[in-house]
Amino acid sequence: MNIPQALDPVATAREALDAIILDSSTFRNETTLIINPLDIVTVTRFLRDTNGLVYNYLSDISAVDYFPELRGPNGEGRFAVSYHLYSMLYNRRIRIKAFLPEENPSLPTVSVVWQAAEWLEREIIDMMGITFEDHPDPRRLLMPEDWDGHPHRRDYPLGYESIMFSFNKNEINKHKPYAKE
Amino acid sequence: MATSVVPAAEKSESLHYWEGSVEQLRGLVSERAMTGETMLLNMGPHHPSTHGVLRLLLELDGEQIVTCLPDIGYLHTGIEKNIESKTYEKAVTLTDRMDYLSPMSNNMVFSLAVEKLVDLDVPARAQVIRVICLELARIASHLVWLGTHALDMGAMSVFLYCFREREYILDMFEMLSGQRMMGSYIRPGGVWRDLVPEFLPALDRFINYFPAKIDDYESLLTNNPIWIDRTQGIGVVEPEEALSYGMSGPTLRASGVNWDIRKSEPYSGYEQYAFDVPLGEHGDVYDRFYVRIQEFRESLRILKQAMKNIPEGPFRSQNRKFVPPPRAELGSSMEAVIHHFKLWTEGYAAPDEEVYASIESPRGEIGCYLHGTGGNKPRRVHFKTPSFMHISSLGKISRGHMIADLVGIIGSVDIVLGDSDR
Amino acid sequence: MGIISSKLGNLGVVTTTLEDAVNWARTGAMWPLLFGLACCAIEMMSTQASDYDLSRFGMELNRASPRQSDLIIVAGRVTRKMAPVLRQLYDQMASPKWVISMGDCASCGGVYNNYAIVQGVDEIIPVDVYVAGCPPRPEQLIHGIMTLQEKVKGERWADWIHG
Repeated sequence: MNIPQALDPVATAREALDAIILDSSTFRNETTLIINPLDIVTVTRFLRDTNGLVYNYLSDISAVDYFPELRGPNGEGRFAVSYHLYSMLYNRRIRIKAFLPEENPSLPTVSVVWQAAEWLEREIIDMMGITFEDHPDPRRLLMPEDWDGHPHRRDYPLGYESIMFSFNKNEINKHKPYAKE
Repeated sequence: MATSVVPAAEKSESLHYWEGSVEQLRGLVSERAMTGETMLLNMGPHHPSTHGVLRLLLELDGEQIVTCLPDIGYLHTGIEKNIESKTYEKAVTLTDRMDYLSPMSNNMVFSLAVEKLVDLDVPARAQVIRVICLELARIASHLVWLGTHALDMGAMSVFLYCFREREYILDMFEMLSGQRMMGSYIRPGGVWRDLVPEFLPALDRFINYFPAKIDDYESLLTNNPIWIDRTQGIGVVEPEEALSYGMSGPTLRASGVNWDIRKSEPYSGYEQYAFDVPLGEHGDVYDRFYVRIQEFRESLRILKQAMKNIPEGPFRSQNRKFVPPPRAELGSSMEAVIHHFKLWTEGYAAPDEEVYASIESPRGEIGCYLHGTGGNKPRRVHFKTPSFMHISSLGKISRGHMIADLVGIIGSVDIVLGDSDR
Repeated sequence: MGIISSKLGNLGVVTTTLEDAVNWARTGAMWPLLFGLACCAIEMMSTQASDYDLSRFGMELNRASPRQSDLIIVAGRVTRKMAPVLRQLYDQMASPKWVISMGDCASCGGVYNNYAIVQGVDEIIPVDVYVAGCPPRPEQLIHGIMTLQEKVKGERWADWIHG
């Protein structure tokens, strides 16, 4: 069976998509392409359907919160969403990263390309507060429906109870609810 | 359509009545549910067959499932956020508790990610010990899977047999790490401590004892007409669909897709061992069952090979910037004291970069995305867990089946709620 | 079994107090509710299965329905989303009912001190016996069950009347 020659993803993507690829980097043998969030569907479709690239498996979608810093090619991104793709044919991985601002962070959904993205994006909607346009089911996933806030953001408190020692035991017990019956 | 049928005067105060309406589900369930033609049934978080606290909202046309909406989050522990406030060494204990049936795999993926991030070496002896632990964890996890799956389908004695075998493996884990399940044994740089003398004889006894037991389970189930009737042709997943749903591991291999991270991107010296990857053909419940039974035998093969060639040497990296020195050294070396102090109070610093590491856990591909800060605590850890992807695909696989088949499908897909909710 | 005396030789008559008899019956066959949440559930299943058998305590099967069970072993971490469910299950159980909080997460929040986990299930339901461990060994759970049995054997008229 004729398997087409594997192409260099960065060079091919830059050639075909030109201005859409803002930057690329390599760290510990992992390639990262940085793009504008609005182009995510174009880029992922391109990477999946081009002969020689065939990144056909979506491994992970992760979101990072850089609070209180701002990162990104234009220096205004508080959040970044990383898509990890894997090519089973050529056995290699690539990461696509998009930076989002603090105000109304949103980008198109990739669930039209892979159905696996539905729940991965739903978790990010729930935990980071990033919206995905045209998502089929944008309800909260892990937290209860009436929860306020987005727990994985860096400015959301961990919400821990202070550790009970003998000196603050009475203090804590005053506020801690105990079920009597 | 109003759903509270109890008159207001009789409502008890301590019970919760759902005050909402079916309108909230418009678009998620079919139109027939809006008119009451089909029934909405809640297979609630507390249910014997859902393998944990999983809630399934089923839209039923009689006994047939029209829509199945999984609802998770009942075990969401906030592990990822908790790790952000711990150093890398302390975070290993938190990762134990995600996929609690094979805690070694979680430790392994996190350690791999940390080693990739800080560029830490792992000595050869530690790699072999890690392989032994991972394969034992695979066997232990598949034993629980088989026991609970068979129990749900009605074959109750298999449950007792599997847990009897599992006791041997838990005894071995206890010899290694001191704890039956949550050992936190695999840490960045290697393993926590060296093998104890009674471990290898116990492993040898287990390897000689176990193959007969696998034959026992096969004689009970594989050619059993009731089992075959209940599992063949149920929950069929085509290979392209399976890839699109993000499935991995034995669930994907049962559909015929040959992807095993131990073969394609080997870690921890897996390329040295000769083993096969069992594949299925039809992608139904029976194939998912049979693939895992064969994986028992393959794991035993790897264990036999690994046990023969355990190289001598250190069991953890000697790079003192990341790995604390043994206590015996503290009495004689000043650098050891300084390293010990620095590592236990502050921990080591990792660069402000991101890495992604993944391994083949008994359920599928577990991946760890780790982003450092340049300081001693991570900025973000995200685990992509196989059960998460498999539960999301349950809704699509189970369409058109009966409720009794749904129990078989949930069992075959091998979900663990701690893994999916983290 | 309290004060026992047999009368009339081989007729097999045993006399005792009402409290002892009732408590003996209660401890002999306490049916647990199938309520395993997380890792402690696996150890509970190990305790139920071979090697450490819970059927010798009368707990042959776990009942799936709260209305049919006397004992709830909260095994695992209780999240804020799961808490109302637990309370509803506890309310559905008929008296007399007992609670064993198994593991660190159920007793005090365990390793997790954060927004998602209830710091100790005694914030929601009253607990009789706390079993520590992460997860507790089967022997520890059995010790907890036996401690509960001691507690039940010590119950008297006054406790029954006041619920």
